[in-house]
Amino acid sequence: MTTLSTRRPAFSAVHAEWTKLRTVPGPVWLLAATIVLTVAVSTAATAATRCPGGTCFADTTKLSLTGVVFGQAVVAILAVLAIGGEYSTGMIRTTLTAMPRRGGMLAAKAAVVTGPVLAAAAIAVAGCLLAGRLILPGNGFTAARGLSLADGPVLRAAAGSVLYLGLIALLSLGIATAVRDTAVAIGIVLGLLYLFPVVAAVAANPRWQRHLEQIGPATAGLQIEATTGLRSLPISPWAGLGVLAAWAAGALLAGGLALRWRDA
Amino acid sequence: MTATLARRRPGRPDPGRAGFGPVLRAEWTKFRTVRGWVIAVIVAAVLTDLVGLFAAGQSQVSCGGGRSGAACVPPVPLGPAGEPVTDSFYFVRQPLTGNGRITVRVTSLTGRYGGGFGPAGPAGGPASPGAVAGSHIGVQPWSKAGIIIKQNTRPGSAYAAMMVTGGHGVRMQGDFTADIAGLPGAVSARAPRWLRLTRSGDTVTGYDSADGSHWTRVAAVTLAGLPATAWIGLFATSPAYVTATRSFGGTTGQIGPSLATGVFDHVSLSGVRRVRGDGAAGGTWRGDNVGNQDAFGPQTGELETWHRAGAGFTVTGSGDIAPQVPGGAGGNGGTIEDHLMGAFAGLIVVVVIGAMFMTAEYRRGLIRTTLAASPRRGRVLAAKAIVIAAVTFAAGLAAAVIAVAAGVRLSRDQGTFVFPVSWLTWLRVVAGTAALLAVAAVLALALGTMLRRSAAAVTAAIVAIVVPFILGVAEVLPAGAAGWLLRVTPAAAFAIQQSVPEYSQVTASYTPPTFFPLSPWAGFGVLCGYTALALGLAAWLLRRRDA
Repeated sequence: MTTLSTRRPAFSAVHAEWTKLRTVPGPVWLLAATIVLTVAVSTAATAATRCPGGTCFADTTKLSLTGVVFGQAVVAILAVLAIGGEYSTGMIRTTLTAMPRRGGMLAAKAAVVTGPVLAAAAIAVAGCLLAGRLILPGNGFTAARGLSLADGPVLRAAAGSVLYLGLIALLSLGIATAVRDTAVAIGIVLGLLYLFPVVAAVAANPRWQRHLEQIGPATAGLQIEATTGLRSLPISPWAGLGVLAAWAAGALLAGGLALRWRDA
Repeated sequence: MTATLARRRPGRPDPGRAGFGPVLRAEWTKFRTVRGWVIAVIVAAVLTDLVGLFAAGQSQVSCGGGRSGAACVPPVPLGPAGEPVTDSFYFVRQPLTGNGRITVRVTSLTGRYGGGFGPAGPAGGPASPGAVAGSHIGVQPWSKAGIIIKQNTRPGSAYAAMMVTGGHGVRMQGDFTADIAGLPGAVSARAPRWLRLTRSGDTVTGYDSADGSHWTRVAAVTLAGLPATAWIGLFATSPAYVTATRSFGGTTGQIGPSLATGVFDHVSLSGVRRVRGDGAAGGTWRGDNVGNQDAFGPQTGELETWHRAGAGFTVTGSGDIAPQVPGGAGGNGGTIEDHLMGAFAGLIVVVVIGAMFMTAEYRRGLIRTTLAASPRRGRVLAAKAIVIAAVTFAAGLAAAVIAVAAGVRLSRDQGTFVFPVSWLTWLRVVAGTAALLAVAAVLALALGTMLRRSAAAVTAAIVAIVVPFILGVAEVLPAGAAGWLLRVTPAAAFAIQQSVPEYSQVTASYTPPTFFPLSPWAGFGVLCGYTALALGLAAWLLRRRDA
């Protein structure tokens, strides 16, 4: 307890959460899985795409980042388990005894989960772009040689994808805090992420289709990956990421309020 | 279970031999007494309906004259077997009573497409090819010219035809769905094609020949109920041209009208009553449009015509004689499975229930009690699989029946043409969707047994089934890669919802979610294969590991 009393409470909260995350093997494996799955799927997608004749107007950046659609599911597991695991083992009661300020605890958890996720996402996105740069020119996408971070839109897509995965972690954490059960939380998160694109893809009415793509957390957020045809996007890249940020903020708020008002 | 054990006589205490019934009953009791799971099953069904109706919802279609909704749906001709068809062509015809035969030589098939066809020729007369503004020279792969015997001139009536095509050689087609290949290769003055149709009762037999003396029988088509007097003659037609370029984020394409012109000579008819002395060609020929739906505007209609110079005939037509395809060149409209897209929402919920049905036992430690009461572990897994499959199938079936029945009625009332299907197909689509949910729940149960963690099991099941579908449908990947995703991943199972078949004689974009690369049952089999594999692995691990 000496450490807790000598340090500032905000720091000790973060320190405690960091220790919990660091000392179980699960999160490390999940972070590694995020990187491997994202890069592997992106590599497979780029390897499977050919451009005979070299005159494709393909968004090579978006194609290179295909794996993010899969990687986000692993990030969601990580974030859901960060709080859901505490509820399933009863650890949450110990945590809240040590840190009675529940909002502070959630903020510390959010910081501790998002940091490593952002780091892993950065590695994964760099791997995806590297794979795209190495593979795509061989398949006829001669323009893909310019797949460099020095290019403004590519840099925006890469940095935005990293932020996207961080926001997915926050969204998942908020939902898991609100519902307290890992299975239900992961179901809700994946439902939000994957239902909007499915329903939008088949919606009969084009106007509703566009609205669905504008409000869905994944459909709006992933517009950050687009580097060509920006005028035909349902929502501009940064505004799309803003929609996801609003979802994440809403989920965290709901989680925080539920945490404050409910017994653990 | 305690009650069951207590009733057993002391001489036979082995609960492992207690049979499968009690195990099944125990699992059913576990399921139905957890209020959250029962509510979740109801939620799955309700979500399936709500999302499905929302996705298929159209704003009310309105058309001229203050009409709206169902009044705006143009009448779609139905073929002899009840399928929606396109039946629009230029027909140079005369009546044929009883048995008879027509023989022709085709020396040329040319065409034009695109450009809106501009104004017709001077003074509204037949336009010469040069007068058509902005159109290109060329035939479509399924531009057709040839000979036909048709029940009557109502669109959708029975027919049999021999024809030369733009890119598929000589074909014999009948009653819209039959399509049999004859001589390959394109027709030209140097390589003419001789075609012959012979009617004998209800049977029409087609022959082709390269020289007019050596004939090959292509096929015989039976046209049930062909009246004694039918129409016989020459025809030409050409479907809309479609160019589709698939890129990331969407398909861009062009669609427009096309015309085909066939040149015939050596026309001979037998069995046709001579009305007036008209040479070798039997009675009097008359030419007109059959089923001109004005799909391409009035200009195309004005360009459809025929000429006769001595023994030579030139026939120009536009349209198609073929089944309609959703989203195809001539057709649009919805399918019954459009109303089942809510199954994805239901799928996510049943996957969560399926995984929790096992992982909750591990989380609470109940698994040790369960396995103590029923030491044969494989039986426990089997009982759980049967219970979860039965419950999710029942809920899925109720949801799918409501979604399709109510959704199709709603769509039709609002003015959307929904492709009619046979009741057998209807049953396959609806029951197949319920079975898909049931098998997905069992897959989640097996993954839950293997992984023992809800989050991982739920994610694995959802990512395996839903994400390949998104990548396959949302046009992120090129068509080839997307096609393979829908062949080898569990998402192939959504093929069970395909209600309209592909037709090789119709050019259309056969892409998901309306068309799948695998047949319905093969696609469903892929998911069943993965599930059987997972269940086997789960049973092995359950036996091998400590609980």
